[in-house]
Amino acid sequence: MSLLALRDSTGRRRGAALRKRVVRVVEAATTPLSPADYLDLINPLRSGAELRGRIVEVLPETADSATLVIKPSKDWAGHLPGQYLRVGVEVDGVRLWRTYSLTHGPRADGCLSITVKAIADGVVSTHLVRTVRPGQMVQLGQAEGDFVLSDPLPEKLLLVTAGSGITPVIGMLRNLFSRAEPVQADIVLLHSALSRSEVIFGEELRRHAAEGRLRLVELHTDVDGMLDVADPERGLAAIVPDLAERTTYACGPVGLLDALEEHHGAHGLPLHIERFRTTMVVAGEGGTVTFADGRSVEADGSTPILDAAEGAGVLMPSGCRMGVCFGCVLPLREGVVRDLRNGALTTAAPGDGVNIQTCISAAAGPCQIDH
Amino acid sequence: MTTLQKKTGTSPTAHLTPEDIELLGVELDAIRQSILDTRGEADAAYIRKVIDAQRKLELASRAVLLFSLFPPAWFVGTAGLSVAKIVENMEIGHNVMHGQWDWMRDPKIHSTTWEWDNASPADQWKHSHNELHHTYTNVVGKDNDLGYGIMRVDEEQRWHPLYLAQPLWNFVNACFFEYGIAAYDLELGKNLATEKRRKSPQFRARAKQTLKKIRNQATKDYVVHPLVSGPSFVHTLSANFTANLVRNLWTHSVIMCGHFPEGVETFERTSIEGESRGDWYLRQMLGSANISGSKAMHFMTGNLSHQIEHHLFPDLPSNRYAEIAPQVRALFEKFGLNYHSAPLPAQVYSAWHKVVRLSLPNGFLASTNAKNAPEQLKKLYKMSTGGPKVRRAIAARFEQEARRANAA
Repeated sequence: MSLLALRDSTGRRRGAALRKRVVRVVEAATTPLSPADYLDLINPLRSGAELRGRIVEVLPETADSATLVIKPSKDWAGHLPGQYLRVGVEVDGVRLWRTYSLTHGPRADGCLSITVKAIADGVVSTHLVRTVRPGQMVQLGQAEGDFVLSDPLPEKLLLVTAGSGITPVIGMLRNLFSRAEPVQADIVLLHSALSRSEVIFGEELRRHAAEGRLRLVELHTDVDGMLDVADPERGLAAIVPDLAERTTYACGPVGLLDALEEHHGAHGLPLHIERFRTTMVVAGEGGTVTFADGRSVEADGSTPILDAAEGAGVLMPSGCRMGVCFGCVLPLREGVVRDLRNGALTTAAPGDGVNIQTCISAAAGPCQIDH
Repeated sequence: MTTLQKKTGTSPTAHLTPEDIELLGVELDAIRQSILDTRGEADAAYIRKVIDAQRKLELASRAVLLFSLFPPAWFVGTAGLSVAKIVENMEIGHNVMHGQWDWMRDPKIHSTTWEWDNASPADQWKHSHNELHHTYTNVVGKDNDLGYGIMRVDEEQRWHPLYLAQPLWNFVNACFFEYGIAAYDLELGKNLATEKRRKSPQFRARAKQTLKKIRNQATKDYVVHPLVSGPSFVHTLSANFTANLVRNLWTHSVIMCGHFPEGVETFERTSIEGESRGDWYLRQMLGSANISGSKAMHFMTGNLSHQIEHHLFPDLPSNRYAEIAPQVRALFEKFGLNYHSAPLPAQVYSAWHKVVRLSLPNGFLASTNAKNAPEQLKKLYKMSTGGPKVRRAIAARFEQEARRANAA
C-alpha cells in the first residue's frame, strides 16, 4: 500500500468517526425523538427515510382501473420487470397494505408505476382508482418476487394473462420493447378479459401486435367464453400450435393458473406463474389462535383471546381487562377478531401485523398472534 | 371529601336503581359508537397536523434560543418552547399513549411506540396511568393519583402534623412535576421502604430505565442545546429550565383540576367489587371534573379539560371530546347527577383550597374566623406538638366547633 493510500484511508476513517460523533450529538439534541422525525418534516423522500412515495400522476386505464405513477424515496433499491411491491395507503385515516405489480421496467424519471383495478368491496383498490390525488403520500415496501424473465431470454415465449394478471407482464413487455436493440424473441400473448373495453392496456397491446412485436390473442369471455386450457379444439394447443417449444409465463385467477399447472405438468412444459394472493377472510365464531412459538389455543367466539391464552398457560401482557388501558396490545399477523364490546371486526392480511387489544377481542376465525 | 359509600345523608346516586345504571351504560356506549362510526380521515389529518406543527414550533423555538443572549430572543424562544413542550406532553403524548390514535395503524403514532418529552419512561407511565388510574379512578387505596401517595386528600385519612407542609409540598411537586411523575410511576416510596423491595431486580431495572431517560432529557435541555448556543450558553440553559418549569406548573394545574376540586367523589375499595359496565361509567362520571373555556384552552390542556368525557372514553380521539360533551352533559341531567365544570381559575382555586383545608385538621378552617384566629392557632400548635392523646382531644373539639359553626 502506498503512503498516499494509507493517508487517504486514515482520513476516511477519521471522517467516519467524526460523522458518528456528530450523529450522536444530534441524537442527544432530539431525544426522545430521532433526528429522522425532524428531517421528515423537511424532506420525507430523502435517503435514510422510511421507504415511501409521493403520487405524481393518476392515469385512468379502463372504466374501473387506473395507473398511479409514484416518486419513491431515495432508498428505493430498484426492481426487475414482473416484480411486485407492498403499498400502504390511508383509507379513511386507516393505513392498509396491499400488493401490486410494477407495470414498468425501471423508468428514466426514477418513478415507479402500479396499475390497480377497482374490485367490488375492495376498499383499497376502489380508493386508489377513484379517490387518490397527485401529491398524496403512500408507504412502500421494496420490490419482491421472482416472476421475472430469465436472462438470456428464451427464444420463444408464451404469456398467458387474465384480467389484472396483465400488470406484471406489461412491465416485462414495456421493458423489452424500450431497449435500444430490437427484441429477437418470438412472443405470443394470450390475454383473457371480460370484454374488449375491459382489456387493461388494450390499445398499447394492440399497437405492439400491429407493429409486429408480438402475436396478441384476445379472448373476450362475454362472447368467447372462458379459456379451457386442456380442450384440444379450443384450448391452448389449438391457439398456440408450437406450444411445446415455448416457455410460459402466466398470471391470472387461481382457476386458470391451476389448470395451466396441471396441463404443463402433464406435458412436461416449462411454466412460471404469479399468483395474486387475495385475502378473502370470512368471519366466523371462534377459532384456533396460534402464537409465535408455535403454541396454539382453541378459543370460542365469546372468550377474549387474552383469557383463552392464559387459560392454556401462555404468558400474556395484560392490564385493565376491560379495553381501557391498551396494556395488552399485540400484533395480529393474520386472521379476524371481533370486538366483544360492539361486534366490530378487525382483519389482518398475511404480513399486516395489525395491533389488537387481546382483552376485548375474540377470535372470529383462525388467528396468528405475534407473541 | 368523604368516600361516597361513607357519606351520611343523601348520596348523589341514591336515586338510581340498578336498571337506571344499566340504561346509563347503554346510552354511553351509544355515544362512544357514534364517534367510532364517524372516526376517519379528518381525525387522522388533525393529529398529523398537530404533530407537524408542534415539531416545527419546537425547532423554531430552539433555533431562536441559539441567540438567547438577546432578551427578546430569550422571551420568544422560551414562550415557544414552553408551548411546544405542553402540546407534546398533553394533546399529543398523553393521548397517543392512551391508544387514541392506534386505529390509524401508523406505527409512528401508536401507543406501543410513542416516547414523550418527559422524565417518566412511556412504559412505566402507561402502566400507572392507563392501567391503574383509569381503571381504579378515585378508589381510595387503589388509585394513587389521589394525592400521589404524599398528600392527605380525604377527611378519613388521619391528620398528622407533617401534613401542615402539604401546600408547600404540592407547590414543589408542581414545579418539578415531571420528576414527581417519574418517582410516582416507579412507586419510589413503596419500593425504597424495605431492603427486599430495594433489591428486587424488577425495581432495579425500572429505576435504571428511569435514570437513563432523565439523563437523556437533562443532557438535551441542559447540556447539548446550551453548548450549541455558544455565547448564549447560560441563557439557553435558563430558557430550557423555564420552559420545563412552565410545562410542569401547567400540567400539574390541569391534572389537579381533573379529580381534586371540591365536590368530586371518591370511592371505597370494596365498592368496586363486581362492578358492572354501568357502575364503572357512573364512577368515572362522579370522579372527574371539567374545565370550561375557549377552544385554545381545551387544546392546551390536551382536551383534559373534558376530563369527564376522557374518563368515560379514554380511547376516543381527543379532538372529538368537545363534540360529545353536550350529549354527556344531557345524560348527567337526565339521571340527576352533578356535571362538575368550572373555569380554570375556579377549578385551580378549588383544588388548592382542598389541599390547604386537608393540610389542617378536620373542621379547623370551618371553625376559624378573624376573631378566634389567635386562639385557634394556639390549639393547632398544641395539637402539632402534643402527643396522640392531646391530638385526638383537640381534633374532636375542632370538629364539634365546625358543626356548631355550620349550624349557625
